[in-house]
Amino acid sequence: MPTPDTTLWEVFIRSRNGLAHKHVGSLHAADATMALQAARDVYTRRGEGLSVWVVPSNAITASDPADKGMMFEPAESKIYRHPTFYDVPDDVGHM
Amino acid sequence: MTGSIQVNETPLVLYTLRRADDALVLGHRLSEWCGHAPSLEEDMALANIGLDLLGQARALYSYAAELEAAGHDEDGYAYLRDAPQYRNLLLLEQPNGDFAHTMARQFLYSAFADPYWRAMTRCADPTLAAVAAKSEKESAYHLRHSSEWMIRLGDGTEESRRRAQTAVDTLWPYTGEMFEPEDMGIDPATLRPEWARTVTDILSQATLTQPANTWMHRGGRIGRHTEHLGPMLAVMQHLQRSHPGARW
Repeated sequence: MPTPDTTLWEVFIRSRNGLAHKHVGSLHAADATMALQAARDVYTRRGEGLSVWVVPSNAITASDPADKGMMFEPAESKIYRHPTFYDVPDDVGHM
Repeated sequence: MTGSIQVNETPLVLYTLRRADDALVLGHRLSEWCGHAPSLEEDMALANIGLDLLGQARALYSYAAELEAAGHDEDGYAYLRDAPQYRNLLLLEQPNGDFAHTMARQFLYSAFADPYWRAMTRCADPTLAAVAAKSEKESAYHLRHSSEWMIRLGDGTEESRRRAQTAVDTLWPYTGEMFEPEDMGIDPATLRPEWARTVTDILSQATLTQPANTWMHRGGRIGRHTEHLGPMLAVMQHLQRSHPGARW
């Protein structure tokens, strides 16, 4: 089956009220209306969703995998940024 | 080869079989696209619509079996009746043709089926009303999907427009049959204004020409079918006719 020469869209689905839309995959469609229908047909066949977003893939600015070192590794050594790093006095109780 | 069953078509059995056969025949036609549609996305969309229709057919055949109480079941109605025993609209047995043809067939039918099911949700028969309530949500989406495609094909490229117009022109003489009076249930003529509004609106958005209402084909409701239903049933029924009761 040939891949049609149409826009690529990223699909986000919210499965329940109160949850965030989550990225589930991508698809090809000519425009936003058809992308939404295709998202419904391809990604919600088993009752996965209550709400669907489609976003043109080219509207997403992504980090470069080659920049992984400078982007993310510096955070790995900063264990004091996690709340579990700190001893909470017993008198504080549950936080 | 296993022979056909004989159905005792009381008015309500016949009425139920007509709805069920519409759904099965169109659902089977759509299943023929599986793996062949122009894109993966549309392959799934057509299969989804086909499965919706198959589900409608199953519920209706089960009800017909209950009404007839002759030991037949849904598989019997689907696999062990010949073309003259089928009660579907001629429109729905027409071959898939190209994608525009399939979408035009879906659009012309869904524009009728959606208001039909909606009317049937108010039916006094609780089983039919329940089938209608489920089917109406499905047909509403079928109508939306096929409408959007009609608009894009008609108002698309020169080639898509030519194919869409050819499809509408070819299928138009099969649309009159939908509004033929029946002995019971919903009077389809009452749905015609809504159907005509939908069709005129979408064809105009699609910049397609609505054909004139000339002579209309008929006969599907009494088993007089076009030459296309027999070969379709031969494929669909082959396994059960050759290996009766086969399961997997």
